[in-house]
Amino acid sequence: MNHLDPARHVRGESQYLDDIPVQHGTLYAAVVESPVAHGKLLSIDATAALQLPGVVRVLTAEDIPGENQIGGIVPDEPLLAEGHVHFRGQPVALVLADSEHAAHAALRHVRVEVSPLPIIVDPREAAAQGELIVPPRTFRIGAAEDAWAGCAHVFEGVAESGGQEHLYIETQGAYAFPTEMGGVRVISSTQGPTAVQRHTARVLGVGMHQVEVDVTRLGGGFGGKEDQATTWGALAALGAFVVRRPVKLVLDRMADMRMTGKRHPYSSDFKIGLDADLKIVAYEVTFYQNAGAAADLSPAVLERTLFHATNAYFIPNVTATAYSCRTNLPPNTAFRGFGGPQGMFVIESAIACAAEKLGVPAADIQQRNLLREGDLFPYRQPTEGCHAEQAWNTAAELYDLSARRREVAEFNAAHKLQKKGLAVMPICFGISFTKTAMNQARALVHIYTDGSVGVSTGAVEMGQGVNIKIAQVAAQTLGISLSRVKVESTNTTRVANTSPSAASATADLNGKATQLACLALRERLLRLAATELKINYEGLQIENEQVLAAGKPADTTWEKLVSAAYWQRISLSENAHYATPDLHFNPETNQGYPFAYHVYGTALTTVRVDCLRGTYEVEAVQIAHDFGQSMNPAVDRGQIEGGAVQGIGWMTLEELVFNDEGRLLSNSLNSYKIPDLYSAPKVIDVHFLDTPGHSRAVLRSKAVGEPPLMYGIGTYFALRDAIRAFNPAADISFSAPMTPEKVLVNLHPDFKFTPAPTPAWNSPAPLNSVTTSEDS
Amino acid sequence: MLPFYLNDQLIRTDQPAGSTLLDFVRYHQHLKGTKIGCREGDCGACTVLVGELAPDGTSVQYQSMTSCLTPLGNAQGKHVVTVEGINAARGTLTPVQQAIVQEGGSQCGFCTVGFVMSLTGHALSAKPTTPETALASIDGNICRCTGYKSLERATQHLQQQLQQRPASSPLAWLAEEGFVPKYFADMPAKLTALRSAATGGAEASEALRPGPGLDAAAAARAQILGGGTDLLVQRPEQVRAVPVELVYDQHSLRGIRREGDTIVLGAATTAQQLMESEVMLAALPELPRFLKLVSSTPIRQMGTVAGNFINASPIGDLTILFLALGAEVELENSAGQRRALPLAELYLDYKKLAKTADEQVTEIRFPAPQLADLFNFEKVSKRTHLDIASVNSAAWLRIEQGVIQAAHLSAGGVGPIPLLLRRTSAWLVGQPVSAETVQHALTLAQQEISPISDVRGTEHYKRLLLHQLLTAHFLPLLPELV
Repeated sequence: MNHLDPARHVRGESQYLDDIPVQHGTLYAAVVESPVAHGKLLSIDATAALQLPGVVRVLTAEDIPGENQIGGIVPDEPLLAEGHVHFRGQPVALVLADSEHAAHAALRHVRVEVSPLPIIVDPREAAAQGELIVPPRTFRIGAAEDAWAGCAHVFEGVAESGGQEHLYIETQGAYAFPTEMGGVRVISSTQGPTAVQRHTARVLGVGMHQVEVDVTRLGGGFGGKEDQATTWGALAALGAFVVRRPVKLVLDRMADMRMTGKRHPYSSDFKIGLDADLKIVAYEVTFYQNAGAAADLSPAVLERTLFHATNAYFIPNVTATAYSCRTNLPPNTAFRGFGGPQGMFVIESAIACAAEKLGVPAADIQQRNLLREGDLFPYRQPTEGCHAEQAWNTAAELYDLSARRREVAEFNAAHKLQKKGLAVMPICFGISFTKTAMNQARALVHIYTDGSVGVSTGAVEMGQGVNIKIAQVAAQTLGISLSRVKVESTNTTRVANTSPSAASATADLNGKATQLACLALRERLLRLAATELKINYEGLQIENEQVLAAGKPADTTWEKLVSAAYWQRISLSENAHYATPDLHFNPETNQGYPFAYHVYGTALTTVRVDCLRGTYEVEAVQIAHDFGQSMNPAVDRGQIEGGAVQGIGWMTLEELVFNDEGRLLSNSLNSYKIPDLYSAPKVIDVHFLDTPGHSRAVLRSKAVGEPPLMYGIGTYFALRDAIRAFNPAADISFSAPMTPEKVLVNLHPDFKFTPAPTPAWNSPAPLNSVTTSEDS
Repeated sequence: MLPFYLNDQLIRTDQPAGSTLLDFVRYHQHLKGTKIGCREGDCGACTVLVGELAPDGTSVQYQSMTSCLTPLGNAQGKHVVTVEGINAARGTLTPVQQAIVQEGGSQCGFCTVGFVMSLTGHALSAKPTTPETALASIDGNICRCTGYKSLERATQHLQQQLQQRPASSPLAWLAEEGFVPKYFADMPAKLTALRSAATGGAEASEALRPGPGLDAAAAARAQILGGGTDLLVQRPEQVRAVPVELVYDQHSLRGIRREGDTIVLGAATTAQQLMESEVMLAALPELPRFLKLVSSTPIRQMGTVAGNFINASPIGDLTILFLALGAEVELENSAGQRRALPLAELYLDYKKLAKTADEQVTEIRFPAPQLADLFNFEKVSKRTHLDIASVNSAAWLRIEQGVIQAAHLSAGGVGPIPLLLRRTSAWLVGQPVSAETVQHALTLAQQEISPISDVRGTEHYKRLLLHQLLTAHFLPLLPELV
């Protein structure tokens, strides 16, 4: 693999935000946070802080020259708290100091007085009180309410999935510089440079042309830096704008975990009806999304939940309703899958519920209801090039599902304290921003006179390999070596009005734009060749930097042609625009054609549970995935493996714990656990399905960012399967993550203890107050 | 001035001994390859190698450490290696780097250097390489993207390459193969010179004591700092600001020896040294399996046994283990007076110790278990590795003719202190090994504990879990228990 970045990564030469050489005169910023989750902001007193050595300024909402507003979809989020505070960790003031130590030391000397108001952390409670971010949405096809009577079986239940901390290893940050033109230049660790630019301009009260945002790369994003990088970019910019000195703001890990939103937790009600042949006739679901204290991306996340409410199944009668509930937690936000996983977890729970009650394998229900060509989704888009059954059948045959099932049964019969479980997880994920207008991108391509090429797009590299894909598109389209192509940083002055790197669509959109620009340049160069060499333009091509006429080498090469173009005063630059064709969606009727295409796949998951201790291992995740015509199998495999492991983390270890006061208890890496080397599955098999790809996918290579995350859902159901093998009577609630605690309690529901007649200790201090690495 | 080598540069710095090696490397030396991920030893993005001159002065032993928790003072006289110190000429990669690139083991790249350093540390290790030890070398590194399978494949390739590594003077081979630059060969001589210059021929460890630089008052105030793995998590700003007494490198506080039926550990013994000690392995053959559940490879190479005791965490793994071994600690005050205290009596209440401020642990002693004794350690945490226990427990039982002669059961995470289950242990003595005995012990144990609900689990879960872990101790004796 000739990836552009990894060779620098392994040498430690790749520059991330905190690695940028510090400019002379830089001030360091630290953020004063709201100490309570909800209340009236009475006063902010920075007098004591300003007396401390090194402290230069303390900025509050009053210092904002423009509008104190960074809400993207709904204008409901101030940059710095004003009047009220709505979540613990909400930015209240910004300390600027000569050193990072001084800035942080000053934080506790800024007195924030708040008169407390009631706190809501539960989305259903918020809904009951009418605390909704946006009006509820309902997707409907058929008539579920009329269908129940005709069903042979109807089951109802509740399913809950927890949030997920992004835990990009590079924390959030920005570095802002005042410019001579009276604006700011911001280097930001963001997936959405335009969002940082737009909101910063608004906050500063200047035109967007006065704000330049530049992004080299991110040390992980996963959605967490889509909208939520804006706060830090705008704060750093505010500091630089007001004080006219460079300002650097990098969150420490615990501040990042406290202050930023996460994957939305959901609590949902489901009702599923099946006929005697286990065909799903009707499905009704109500989602309660815990949006946190402001809209952020919640309405869009909510919409994607509705789009994916039926996963890879065709259901003729569906009513899916979703509430975005305002609570006093940090505003929850995008996270790989963007609401899709939450929707899919509920339909899988409904199917598991039916299967467990009917005493049939869930896979029997799943398989019988897979989408087929031409089936309508509840939003009325038909499947086109549907590979749901192909993925299932390939996985079942290749990994021998019936043999796996037999092995699990035999193992369970032979072992008393160890039980295995198995689950099949089919996925179907729609590719495109569901806000149709966002499906546009631009590329600016320069060919330099020596034949080297620079490509600028709106894509942000965060490990997903989008830069190498864009370079591949350019090299392949121009017929030149990959080593000639450089993908530039993402900069709002080179490529404007960009969509964030999100929705799995970044390589498609920016790759297509790059392709268009390169095709235009190629045509221009070949027309010149035709004129100069007096040969027919038709049949001219460039391969391996050699111009070919009707397949035979012509008397010019890439370098010569480029040089000739310059001397003939022909433009060697091109700016191309791409907008995904055919997309439309009506948010009033909730019908339309929102997705460029869908991605399919199926995973088999096998787990082994230690029934004495409640611990478990994922033995194998075996995947058949629809990549289309993968343009970079190494990158794509990495996305599948990584996405699956991240999904497994969400479903197993990763447990966000907030107390009733809205305080995050799982607030560091020692109390919030993400998968490590040993908790990743022992085996991950990835089979590339033989599928043609789609013309709306760049080079027919389908999007791979988000879909694999949902393979992780299989692990939850495999664990249920293993628990029920040990304790067939287990009444397990559909509640993810399936932590070792939940596993053990479900394995041994009858445990009771005799409490001591008197407490063994007089005043036990809370154990969670201090926990440290060496404890482990 | 604190002298050490950073890559091929001699450093003399007056930065505080209690500041972190990470900040020094990144912000004072501007070596930005070493990344900041968590500042608590839980992600490995800041991993560096720290090489210590062997006593005979002929070789340097390198260990991976998380620089976020390494006190700068612990670098004194050593060879600290960052990625900049192993990089080959531009355009070329070391075999470790090559393997990661080839297998697609680097996605966003932010954790990557940590993996590179850990694997390079494995290559430099004097111990034989196996597939398991190679993987274990990266068990302190978290990749969120998450490229574990690619990194595993890269590790396998390297491990196969490393099988060619000769047992004697491997450094020449490693330099030849490009794992490390040639200057590594000069490091033993350079560190020897540093040691001589620093001590004027005196014992190195004495020179590392801050004693001469601190007056009596300052010394009394001095914060004793071991591996740094707790204090630099809990209060890095304070540790940086006060004078510290470094104990990690005091030779008098190191070493594991057997005196008759007693095993004696220096207070600064690390968990990794326990795992590798022949004395310990002879008495506790299963110890590596137990300690594999304790933190990660780099943290085990840093954290000290006494540090774990004095941190007084109710779920300190080593504390729980040594409680069941019947350990006692030797305390020494600033006047040089010594006293011995059973470990179980060190804990008064949550983080309250039966130790005066000027007393310091110098030694740990415990009676060597006999091979026929049952000794077991159990730990369950949300994540099996590199995590803090929800509940942990250890058991030591001496059984003769089916009757329990002596017993120590310990339990962590179920009360404000690391707990020796005294009443349960006492009751067991004289009881026959039977299911009834175990059932009664399990009931008794529930009455000795007072767990609370917190981020590591509910009270109900912790009670159930201890019940299960105590059962697990007895399972080898009574398979019919479950």
